[in-house]
Amino acid sequence: METQMAEPELLIEPQGYSRPSVSLPEKPLLVMVPSKRWVALDLRSLWTFRDLLYFLTLRDVKIRYKQTALGVAWAVLQPLLTMLIFTLFFGRVAKIPSNGHPYALFAFAGLLPWTFFANAITNSGNSLVNNAALISKVYFPRLIMPSAAVLASLVDLAVSLVLMFGLAAFYGVGMSLNILALPALILLTTLLALAVSLFFAALNVKYRDVRYALPFLVQLAMFATPIIYPISMVPQRWRWALLLNPMAGLVEGFRVSLLGGQFDLPGLELASAITIILLALGAYYFRSVERSFADLI
Amino acid sequence: MSMKPIIRVENLHKRYELGTKLGGSYSTLREDLMNALRRPFRRAGGRSHSRKRTLWALAGLSFEVSPGEVLGVIGRNGAGKSTLLKVLSRITEPTQGRVELFGRVGSLLEVGTGFHPELTGRENIFLNGAILGMRKREIERQFDQIVAFAEIEQFLDTPVKRYSSGMFTKLAFSVAAHLEPEILLVDEILSVGDAAFQKKCLGKMREVAGGGRTVLFVSHNSAAIEALCDRCLWLREGRLEADGEPIDLLRRYLTTDGAQEAATVSLSRHGGRTPGSEELMHKATLLSEDGTPTTSVRMGETFGVQVHFSRSTPLKPVFGLAFKTVTGAPLFGVNNRFVPAEQMPETAGEGVVTCWVERPPLMPGTYFLDLHFGDEYRDLDVVREALSFDVEASDVFGTGRLCPPGGGPICWGGRYQYEPNGAASGLPSIPVSQSK
Repeated sequence: METQMAEPELLIEPQGYSRPSVSLPEKPLLVMVPSKRWVALDLRSLWTFRDLLYFLTLRDVKIRYKQTALGVAWAVLQPLLTMLIFTLFFGRVAKIPSNGHPYALFAFAGLLPWTFFANAITNSGNSLVNNAALISKVYFPRLIMPSAAVLASLVDLAVSLVLMFGLAAFYGVGMSLNILALPALILLTTLLALAVSLFFAALNVKYRDVRYALPFLVQLAMFATPIIYPISMVPQRWRWALLLNPMAGLVEGFRVSLLGGQFDLPGLELASAITIILLALGAYYFRSVERSFADLI
Repeated sequence: MSMKPIIRVENLHKRYELGTKLGGSYSTLREDLMNALRRPFRRAGGRSHSRKRTLWALAGLSFEVSPGEVLGVIGRNGAGKSTLLKVLSRITEPTQGRVELFGRVGSLLEVGTGFHPELTGRENIFLNGAILGMRKREIERQFDQIVAFAEIEQFLDTPVKRYSSGMFTKLAFSVAAHLEPEILLVDEILSVGDAAFQKKCLGKMREVAGGGRTVLFVSHNSAAIEALCDRCLWLREGRLEADGEPIDLLRRYLTTDGAQEAATVSLSRHGGRTPGSEELMHKATLLSEDGTPTTSVRMGETFGVQVHFSRSTPLKPVFGLAFKTVTGAPLFGVNNRFVPAEQMPETAGEGVVTCWVERPPLMPGTYFLDLHFGDEYRDLDVVREALSFDVEASDVFGTGRLCPPGGGPICWGGRYQYEPNGAASGLPSIPVSQSK
């Protein structure tokens, strides 16, 4: 009798209220508490947002080519003009050796990874600050933002690679099997650019000095990388110091891959090891400061 | 009703450090380096942290939300409403306390965030959907509905920078409205778009709520809260002031907390300022006929709206008011740009302009005011919904009776004429028809 009386009462619910169609999980999907200094990488949430990485990369690529008057031509002009200037001053005037290759080809093969690396870290280093509105209003794994900027720069690299092959054909330099190492080299350079970017992007949120320091540092770093000169110009006993710059090993690797020769395997191994260490450190640093982004930006 | 909550908030605290600078919270490397260098000396000297002020935006907030509830959150500016939404949506982390969510969260915080002007409507739908946490497949499945809801079919492949602001907001809302999370966080979205679209948004939100989803809705719009929510939280200084039925709570809120807010409003860094505005107005006050600040006026009574402004270069101040209903529908405007007798002399520096609105024929209810400030040619500073005020019922026409509601927000007195013989033609005597 009592249970029958209780039945109809359950049906009366406040207006606009309806019972949920889904049953709730036992454990909360998400718990938010103040986090500790070091936090896990949270690959799972990165994975759930993988489509965002794709669309942000697409956006960065489209915007770059839509907003600039010359569009895709920039990807061609930037390394091409730099190469011409370098060839004139360092090749013709200063007569810097170029491992027996035409200097223009030598310089371009070095500029190819370097231009990508420099553009990637410049765009990526500013990516969080440039998207401040997004950071302070929507949640997504922040790691996606600098990653998308690095990936978008790959399009420019692809364009200049086509140019590279054209140039090689022009100078009559044939490709060797070394070219097969190119994808691995591009992957390593991308990871290195991401690693460096993570530091700068995160620092940039806190210290706006980074925006101004970054182009300057990139320029300085170019001279610490064998772009205008071959690594063979550096005295044997100092070569290890140069190779501590992982881009040095990678640039040399690109040259060997594109123009032929012997890979410097220990140098590439060292570059890979440093890249992986930097990436791990960068990711952890980024994650540890990530939580304060929305409050600072 | 002891149902398992879908949101559990326990003793939530959020502290913000206010920088010593005016500009913002970020620091320069030099400052931090200098501080690091000085630290050892300071420690010997004594206190060093006194320079940094802190603000507790949330100071021990606890509540639970049952699945399917539509919860309104009210409170004056700075009460912690937005911070609460930011913590719930993972944008920022709590300083202390704990939040447990038993469902996927989607937020409608500021419609249009992440839209890029250069991209087309189609491209922005995908980008924005992904930003809000939708998968590509989910967006593709809902794509046609999103486009239809936003009514932008013909402009799908036009860059959104060519959209009117109305079209833009419609599209932005439409993407967000098609999110399918179990918990939806909504912040002040109904202050955008035209009245018809707002109605549609309200309908869509009802649909969401009716579908068993939990909604947390932050708004200044008491009518919307009353219409949509089953329960209401009132926040004050980062704590829970009250929790209960929206009707009771709103009445209490509007007579105490809300009222204080309305009399004088700071316009610096006001959220309603339109993009491109120069920050010229810094304070707005509602005045009763005798010049005292007030939050409500009696029907048919003259009142004033006063703004304090400052500008370095001289201008002839033009001050405009746009009256809107609680749902944002425009009613009428007052503006001295087009009234030769009301031109003001050219001034620079600080100034105060008061616009007296003479016996506006507003029915009892709550109204919003947009403030437009500029020179003789154009508006330089526009703040939407800068002020809100209540009109109280009164016997305007001295008949001993009140105007019955239901005739819309405006009640005008008319002049009437009666002619016993004119009834045959059914027309009042018009001079033209008589001269024939």
